[in-house]
Amino acid sequence: MSTAEEAIRRMTDIPLSMRGPAPARVIAGFGFWLFLLSDVILFSALFSAYAVLSGATAGGPSGAELFDKGHVFQETMCLLASSVTCGFGLLAVQKADSRGMYLWMGVTFLLGLCFLTLETGEFGAMVAAGHGPSRSAFLSSFFALVGTHGLHVSMGLIWLIVMLLQVKTLGFRPMVQRRFFCFALFWHALDIVWVGVLTIVYLGAR
Amino acid sequence: MDAQVQAQGRGPGVDPADVHGRRSYLIGLAYAVGLTLASFWAATTSDVYAPAVPVLLAALAIAQMGVHVTFFLHISSAPDQTNNFLALEFGIFITGLVIFGSMMIMANLNHNMVSMDQLMQMQR
Repeated sequence: MSTAEEAIRRMTDIPLSMRGPAPARVIAGFGFWLFLLSDVILFSALFSAYAVLSGATAGGPSGAELFDKGHVFQETMCLLASSVTCGFGLLAVQKADSRGMYLWMGVTFLLGLCFLTLETGEFGAMVAAGHGPSRSAFLSSFFALVGTHGLHVSMGLIWLIVMLLQVKTLGFRPMVQRRFFCFALFWHALDIVWVGVLTIVYLGAR
Repeated sequence: MDAQVQAQGRGPGVDPADVHGRRSYLIGLAYAVGLTLASFWAATTSDVYAPAVPVLLAALAIAQMGVHVTFFLHISSAPDQTNNFLALEFGIFITGLVIFGSMMIMANLNHNMVSMDQLMQMQR
């Protein structure tokens, strides 16, 4: 039996309750994972409100008349690409490679900003045309759901700036790496929520 | 897998000991782009029987969420990830209850509600 197998056997012989606390990285990651799942449940409430109210247009425009699929396709691709560059950036953070980190996280920031610009442009045009959240129950639930997602993306961008400053001032110490790691989880989770928004709100519009 | 992970499990996301590197993100990107294009095709095409389109869209979205969870968040059902996976299952369960429960209740209320015309008649 090799030394590694011996070590595993010794560890698993001890009962789970007596193995001591898990490493900080596992605890932080798992705790943040629970937060993300509770955030998804928040979105589930907004999704169900949208699903119930999407037909209540009160004589106003319906989703099919308002949404431009080409525009939404650009938003989707921005977010998807930013998820991948965020993953590359996280790998650079783990290797304490600051050049790679600034490059990939910078690209992630720009793609996120692109997404937000496209979204605020869409919202602005709708409000200017008189199709704001007060027009109908359908539009109220639309702005609540898509707006909450957009707000999460804005928070993510602010968080990313804070993380870049922390790397600059504190360096790649374990605490900073853990925070960056939680940021990456947050960013990937937002992309998963966007898949739901895209399918239910934009592609499912009748 | 080192003894620490074997004994205490691991958190969600990439692990420092992970050897996937960029490969898993690139595989995920390829799947996700394919599924997104398929969703846009399904929403605009007339080749699919129209009442079946929402079901097709839902299937593609669930597949894409699965791709994101597997290749970006690196969640799996491996024994060292039991905690993460259980939490995910619970989250999916509550999300399903909230969304489908609300839709079912509201559809039922709608069905049982007196129509507006009749309501006006009754108020006379």
